[in-house]
Amino acid sequence: MALLNKNTHQLLSKIATNDKHGENSPYFDGWKAYNSNPFHPTKNPQGVIQMGLAENQLCFDLIEEWIRNNPKASICTKEGVNCFKYIANFQDYHGLPEFRKAVANFMSKVRGGRVRFDPDRILMSGGATGANELIMFCLADPGDAFLVPSPYYPAFVRDLCWRTRAQLIPVECHSSNNFKITTEALDEAYNKAKEDNINVKGLIITNPSNPLGTTMDRETLKSIVGFINEKNIHLVCDEIYAATVFRAPSFVSVSEVMHEIEHCNSDLIHIIYSLSKDLGLPGFRVGIVYSYNDGVVNNGRKMSSFGLVSSQTQHFLAALLSDENFVERFLAESSRRLAARHSHFTKGLEKVNITCLPSNAGLFCWMNLRSLLKEKTFEGEMMQWRLIINEVKLNVSPGSSFDCSEPGWYRVCFANMDDETVDVALKRIRAFVGKETGKPVELKRCKSNLRLSFSSRRFDENVMSPHMMSPHSPMPHSPLVRAT
Amino acid sequence: MGIEIEQPCVELSNVAVSETHGEDSPYFAGWKAYDENPYDELSNPSGVIQMGLAENQVSFDLLEKYLEEHPEASTWGKGAPGFRENALFQDYHGLKTFRTAMATFMEKVRGGRVKFDPQRVVLTAGATAANELLTFILANPGDALLVPTPYYPGFDRDLRWRTGVNIVPIHCDSLNNFQITPEALECAYKDAEAMNFKVRGVLITNPSNPLGITIPRSVLEEILDFVTRKNIHLVSDEIYSGSVFSSSEFTSVAEILEGREYKNAERVHIVYSLSKDLGLPGFRVGTIYSYNDKVVTTARRMSSFTLISSQTQHLLASMLSDEKFTENYIETNRERLRKRYEMIIEGLRSAGIECLKGNAGLFCWMNMSPLLEKPTREGELKLWNAILHQVKLNISPGSSCHSSEPGWFRVCFANMTEHTLEIALQRIRHFVERIRTQTESV
Repeated sequence: MALLNKNTHQLLSKIATNDKHGENSPYFDGWKAYNSNPFHPTKNPQGVIQMGLAENQLCFDLIEEWIRNNPKASICTKEGVNCFKYIANFQDYHGLPEFRKAVANFMSKVRGGRVRFDPDRILMSGGATGANELIMFCLADPGDAFLVPSPYYPAFVRDLCWRTRAQLIPVECHSSNNFKITTEALDEAYNKAKEDNINVKGLIITNPSNPLGTTMDRETLKSIVGFINEKNIHLVCDEIYAATVFRAPSFVSVSEVMHEIEHCNSDLIHIIYSLSKDLGLPGFRVGIVYSYNDGVVNNGRKMSSFGLVSSQTQHFLAALLSDENFVERFLAESSRRLAARHSHFTKGLEKVNITCLPSNAGLFCWMNLRSLLKEKTFEGEMMQWRLIINEVKLNVSPGSSFDCSEPGWYRVCFANMDDETVDVALKRIRAFVGKETGKPVELKRCKSNLRLSFSSRRFDENVMSPHMMSPHSPMPHSPLVRAT
Repeated sequence: MGIEIEQPCVELSNVAVSETHGEDSPYFAGWKAYDENPYDELSNPSGVIQMGLAENQVSFDLLEKYLEEHPEASTWGKGAPGFRENALFQDYHGLKTFRTAMATFMEKVRGGRVKFDPQRVVLTAGATAANELLTFILANPGDALLVPTPYYPGFDRDLRWRTGVNIVPIHCDSLNNFQITPEALECAYKDAEAMNFKVRGVLITNPSNPLGITIPRSVLEEILDFVTRKNIHLVSDEIYSGSVFSSSEFTSVAEILEGREYKNAERVHIVYSLSKDLGLPGFRVGTIYSYNDKVVTTARRMSSFTLISSQTQHLLASMLSDEKFTENYIETNRERLRKRYEMIIEGLRSAGIECLKGNAGLFCWMNMSPLLEKPTREGELKLWNAILHQVKLNISPGSSCHSSEPGWFRVCFANMTEHTLEIALQRIRHFVERIRTQTESV
């Protein structure tokens, strides 16, 4: 139709023509490899297995059952259509009161009821992607900086910096202390920024951590709250994985700890949340900003007009999350299934001496392949990663894409597939390790017949391969589209 | 409790503390008055009638009927077979079936006179997000967009707040029925230059909010020539395109481009939404249709911040793919809006109030300048206050829409029953009679 006039390229804004959308990164190759050759147990068993997608597919059956039993939650069914007009017309940026109340209660339950949330402090946004951007617009001017511990979720660059024009300053964490954040590291990063005349407005942490899969211990969290109070900067806690904690230690939220710090200025504390990971509903775009700062709540609420949650979805979720029995059962069962999946996967890796960072949360593990690096450099990691993509045929995410300071770490997602696919992945990893170490791979259990048989029907019912998820999409998926 | 230590105030961003969100304006008193005393046919018949909200409530029964007759559209069908796929779908390309259905719907609204390519449809959570997103893409902070007055007050927030972009008005007035003229365009461009703003584009709303009129073909041609000469963009917000009372009276910029064989089309972008035509503002369904490949790609990436719920995409894909339904809806909706419009025009005329001759939208542009004590903005605000507190109608004063002539008001008619509209018209009649009597007795 229209030819791209080269003049008009210059007619776009700086934001439109810079790289901060993040999609020009080299890691795209992993996604390309997957998209052009996606694994399917029967149709394409040699394809690439998607392990770069932090999705929670383990508990859809529970939600489906609830939907079947609660037709009123939909404004399309005959039981629920009497609400259609009111809901379709409802565009108040405060959000449906019953939705906010249900989310507040859910957040409280996820924290074991140890803290209560005020529904009036809940702001909606277009997924956590929108929520993170919104809070930055509220807290940082162009050029201001936020400290972020590394390794961190790659799309933070887009979410926090692209349109806000803020910048991120990584705070390095190291494997020597299991990647814990230290006040020394924070102080060092903060002071260096000051020397460079950069205005630090805050610190953003993800707890539980992506990509580490660990929850922050109480002492570290308290020291962080102390740090930001001392420097008088904001603290944004992205707690999007809060309900993916599957074993001890239990989750400690900043909301619990802030009252234990003397003279904590609650105006500095903000929580980001979403239902994309805990409930496995990324398509519904439910992002939440919970701030203890009235100015942020009042003005952020006006800003939420740019990314409100569909009233149809608010209505549905208000019903789902108000069902206390369902919520309790769901949280318990989800934890149990995640624990089982994590255990199965990490034990499978251990059989070939691959360790992961000990973790208790998340939809992934932080796998250590340092001993197999030919060169202990990031070039070495890239080479190893390409081998894994092209020969082992697993799309895993290399640590450098998370700005990790040490080469050889990989984030490997395990909750977006069924048990059989996990076993195929493990088999391939074992074969890879055998080749790399030159040793035959010994298994504790000997299986004479390694051919895994599937009922393809069961596969389809239990999991959606990401390839099948959007069969109609004409263009390759960006990793950032699928929220790495 | 211990010693109170004074906490130094940590600043929020400039954006957060600015007033560009627009909600501290005096017009908020109107909303407050309504919230505190809302009209209800039965329980509060003397309350404030809300006539400041451009909502379309005249055709919900058609949507409800569709849902009742099509249980397969019901969220995920019986047994929820499509649930998990839908719940996981967060691809910023959007559901293909939905994009295709939107493109088809937009074609139908334009009487099939133009084709839309689903690959150029970018989805956002409402036109609010679409307009902001386009501004981020087309302009840098400190640049300017030219917007004809009077315009939708929300543009002050949507185009300027977080983007840092300025709006420079293209002045239109009643002498020529508020048409945009080439002179006014040039004048606005010079005004921007005088303020040291780089002009990046013109943003028009067609049909116009608050005027309720479509832009004639010849004017659209002139606007397109202007933006081409200046080498800037044109954004056409066509959110009310389905609310034109007679289809033949609406010309979309898409039709002009087709007539020009899409020459220079890459500077043109259309915004659309289902909030007005389908009356679904709660669902947050906006689109950007751009003839510029780079804009499409970038807008799509940016839409990550404001995607449409996959649950809603699924429902609407089903509904809008049903051609029999959409054709009947578009026709019936038009007809009902036209009838409403005629009712309010007649009612106002019988009270001696004239309106701009409109042919679209959910409102009329009412001329109360003869009733002003003084032909100034203050005079208009005084009259507005009287209408709010004495007549108990919340209508929108022209100054809130940046109208350069005082005395005009936007009055919405599609967000209430006919009965309520009657009541509102009666109140206006009595008010005008009272004023006339007072003036005559002086």
